[in-house]
Amino acid sequence: MPQIAQLGETYASQIFWILLIFGFVFFVVGRGMVPKVLDTVSLRDRQIADDLAAAAKAREQADAEEESWRTRENANRAQAQEIISGAKAAASRSTEAQLAEANSRLDALVGEAEARIDTARAGALGEIEQVAAEAADDIVQRLAGVKVDQAAAQAAVKEALNG
Amino acid sequence: MHQFSIHPMFGTDGWEVAGYHIPFTNSALWMIIAAVGLLIFMIGGMKRELVPGRWQMAVESMTGFVDSMLAANIGPNGKKYVPYIFSLFMFILFANVLGLMPLALFGLHPFTFTSHFSATGVLAIMSFSIVLIVGFWKHKLHFFSLFVPHGTPLPMIPLIFVIELVSFLVRPFSLGLRLFVAMMAGHVLLEVLSGFVISGVNAGLGIGPVVSVLSFILMIAICALEILVAAIQAYVFALLTSLYLNDAENLH
Repeated sequence: MPQIAQLGETYASQIFWILLIFGFVFFVVGRGMVPKVLDTVSLRDRQIADDLAAAAKAREQADAEEESWRTRENANRAQAQEIISGAKAAASRSTEAQLAEANSRLDALVGEAEARIDTARAGALGEIEQVAAEAADDIVQRLAGVKVDQAAAQAAVKEALNG
Repeated sequence: MHQFSIHPMFGTDGWEVAGYHIPFTNSALWMIIAAVGLLIFMIGGMKRELVPGRWQMAVESMTGFVDSMLAANIGPNGKKYVPYIFSLFMFILFANVLGLMPLALFGLHPFTFTSHFSATGVLAIMSFSIVLIVGFWKHKLHFFSLFVPHGTPLPMIPLIFVIELVSFLVRPFSLGLRLFVAMMAGHVLLEVLSGFVISGVNAGLGIGPVVSVLSFILMIAICALEILVAAIQAYVFALLTSLYLNDAENLH
C-alpha cells in the first residue's frame, strides 16, 4: 500500500501541495467567485419577487378601478333614467296643456260660428218676410188694384209663414 | 497498487523547504488539475446573467445546493461557511471524478489524491480546526458543555463527558479515513475485477471467458457505482463538516 509505504518520504510534499492548492481554491473560487454567484441568484430571486408583487398590486388597482367605474356607471345610468322620466312627464304635461288650449280655442270658434249662423238665419228670415210682404203687396195691387197697407201685409205674411 | 504510488515529476525531486522534502509529484499535479477544472467550471458560471444559460444554471445549482445544505444544518449563521464548504465539496468532487476518468486510453495515468490519507487528513484536520476555533471563539470554555448532552443525570456526567470527548476527537480521523478508504476501495475493486478479466482471457477456453464476461459486466456496474460514490463521498465530507460546524456554531 503506497499510502503507508511512501508516507515517510511523501507526507511533507502532500501536505504542502494540498494546503497550497486548496488555499488557492478557497480564496479564488470560494471567496472570490461563490459570493458573486450567490449574489446573482439572490438578485434574480428578489427581482422575481418584486415583479410578482408589482403584478399583484397592478391587478388590485385594476380591480379597484373597475369597481369605481361600475359605481360611477350605475350612478350615471340612474341619473339618465331620472332625466328621461322627468322629460317624459314634462312632455306629457305640455301636451295636455296644448290639447286643452286647442280644445278651448276650437270650442270658442265653434260657438262663434254657431252664433253667426243664428244671426244669419234670423237675418234671412226677416228678409224673407220683407220680400214676401212686398211681393204680397205687389200681387194684391196688380190683381185687385187695392192698395194694401204695409203693416197689414206684413202681419198677414207673418201669419202665413208661421202658420 | 501502482496507481496509488506517488512519484516526483519534472525533476523536482530535490525541492526542499526548511528541511522538508516537497517535490512536485503526480499527486500535486492532479490537485492542480482538479483546481483548474473547478476554476474553469466556475468561470463558465460567472456571466451573471439575469436569465441563466445551461452552464450558469449548473454552477448556480451547485452553489445553491451547498447554500441550502448549510442553511438546513446550521441556519442563518451558516451563510459565512459557504465559501469553505463549497471549495471543499467541489475540490473533492472534482478530484474523485477526475481520478475515475479513463484517461489511460490517451496515455495519461489519472491519480486520485483523495485516495491518500496524507491528503484527506489535511482536509479533515482543517475542518476540525475550524470547528475548534469557531467553538472556542464563540463559546469560550462553554464549548466543553458540548460533551455533556442536555438532561444527563449528574452521576453519569464524568462517564458521558469522556465518551463524548473521545467521539469528538475521533471526528477528524473518521472524516479523513472515510474518504480515503472509499476512494481506495473503489479503485482496488476495479483493479481486481479488471485483473480477473485479463486472467480469464489468458486462461484459454473453458471457464476463462465466462469469468471474463461476468467480471466485465460487474465492472461496468461498479464503474457506475464508483461515480456515485465519488459524488457521495464529497457530499458526505461536506455534510459532516457542516454538521460539526453546527455543533460549534449553535452549542446545544
